[in-house]
Amino acid sequence: MTLILQQLVEGLASGTIYAALAVALVMIHRATRIVNFAQGEMATFCVYLAWQMTVWGLPLYVALAIAAVLSFILGAAVFRLAIRPILSAPPEAIVVSCIGLFIGFQAMSLWLWGSDNLQFPRLFSNTIWTIADVRISANTAGMLVTLALLAGLLAAMFRFTRIGLAMRAAAAEREKSPYVGIEVETMLTLGWGLAAVFGFIAAVLAAPSLFLSPTMMLSVIIYALAAATLGGWDSPAGAIVGGLVVGVAETLGTTLVKAIGAELRLAIPFLLITLILFVRPQGLFGRSGTTRV
Amino acid sequence: MNALEIHGLSAGYGGQPIVRDIRLTVGTGEIVALLGANGAGKTTTLRAASGVLRHSGKLHLDGQDISGVSAARRVALGLAHVPQGRGTFVDFSVEENLRLGAYSVTSAQRIQDDTAYWFGVFPRLKERRAQLAGSLSGGEQQMLAIARAMMTRPKVLMCDEPSLGLAPAVTADLFVLLRDLAADRGTGILIVEQNAHLTLEIAARAYVLEHGEIAIEGSAATLSRNSEIQRAYLGIEA
Ligand SMILES: Nc1ncnc2c1ncn2[C@@H]1O[C@H](COP(=O)(O)OP(=O)(O)OP(=O)(O)O)[C@@H](O)[C@H]1O
Ligand SMILES: [Mg+2]
Repeated sequence: MTLILQQLVEGLASGTIYAALAVALVMIHRATRIVNFAQGEMATFCVYLAWQMTVWGLPLYVALAIAAVLSFILGAAVFRLAIRPILSAPPEAIVVSCIGLFIGFQAMSLWLWGSDNLQFPRLFSNTIWTIADVRISANTAGMLVTLALLAGLLAAMFRFTRIGLAMRAAAAEREKSPYVGIEVETMLTLGWGLAAVFGFIAAVLAAPSLFLSPTMMLSVIIYALAAATLGGWDSPAGAIVGGLVVGVAETLGTTLVKAIGAELRLAIPFLLITLILFVRPQGLFGRSGTTRV
Repeated sequence: MNALEIHGLSAGYGGQPIVRDIRLTVGTGEIVALLGANGAGKTTTLRAASGVLRHSGKLHLDGQDISGVSAARRVALGLAHVPQGRGTFVDFSVEENLRLGAYSVTSAQRIQDDTAYWFGVFPRLKERRAQLAGSLSGGEQQMLAIARAMMTRPKVLMCDEPSLGLAPAVTADLFVLLRDLAADRGTGILIVEQNAHLTLEIAARAYVLEHGEIAIEGSAATLSRNSEIQRAYLGIEA
């Protein structure tokens, strides 16, 4: 039992990473019907920027704050320069563009910082608490609190603020939004910027344990895609639940089914998702009828 | 000064012109009808006027040139548009629809006052304030679309077939509402309708579009009296 609880806690920790990246994917998909495969690579690039700033002597949290702002600008710029001109192109063209972005950002990270795994500073202290025989590290707790705070802020913004309402409207009703005075492209730009910040946070949470490298987010984006599918592609809340479920399924599944072992780790969450999607094709929180492939 | 003046407006889709050289005015507090057969270009004219469709020609709102202004800016300047079909945001609550309508309004007090005002006018909407707009009846959605458009306190309100799909009694209520808006608030109203007969009763003047051009214009009284025009353009058997 303790072992299972322990795995649960660890699963939640990695789940926060998948959840944050899945939120980014869902926000972009909801607004522009695009699955941005390059989200992880864009995020990695920005974590490198933060790392570089710490090397230059900036305190970690200052570097992170600056890099978060840069992420926002990067996400907005990618939308304006690469996505907006082809928004009405066929989906296949957009997929190819996203693959181009994926390769482009990975190549840029590789070119500027090389392929070595870099040690990224820990974000939280090394403290470990033991509650009923289950060890909970400050790191795990910190990650969960970070995610909860960000999710709460995002939800409050979408619900209560004028700009959040306008972003939702621009995403849901691109045609009708101009009739109430909303500049749709401005809202989509903001959406891409905000999504890039969530991607950045996912990468920052992942970097201390995965080590910083140009391909760091490869497995993470696969899990995040799974999380978004599980939660439903139009629901940020679903993305968060999906991310946590995928994280837990990954660690628990590996432990429970010893025979499977580490090699098949990646397969377990997907098996689970396939089963769930049989029952709810639109995802746990998705709205039926809006699922598009 | 006219609330809305349109000169030489041309617009179309994919380079193909649909409406040509439209000249049209709406006075302050005046109701103007834009009539014509299916496919004549009524919706296209309104979409061009509100700026969601690329167009050439000049538009003035309360004397200000808005020809080069974006659709979103035109709303803020006081040109409101209830588009054909569902003019509401279906996945948003009634209350959120009104907040969206007030997107370009900066005063929170004014938004609150106007929301209360329109809930007073439409008690049914007040009862359903938390309900999704998509779950309202056709009539309720049309009320919401108009209330939403009025949240900016526009100088000119353009309505594209507001009676579409409504029961005759509901349509009658709606037309009374539009007449009151024009009379009490001085809102200029440009109304597109299939129901020429009823529209000419509340309108002061009317334009008839034929194949994308204005074929006839005149006072509503004149148009109602001329049975030849009615038969030829408006599908009314006198
Ligand atoms: N999005 C579009 N793309 C291409 N052509 C269009 C588009 N919308 C309308 N048209 C064409 O423009 C012409 C005028 O259409 P419009 O919708 O303005 O007519 P309408 O007078 O509003 O008709 P109705 O009474 O049926 O609403 C029609 O021939 C129509 O086929
Ligand atoms: Mg029409």
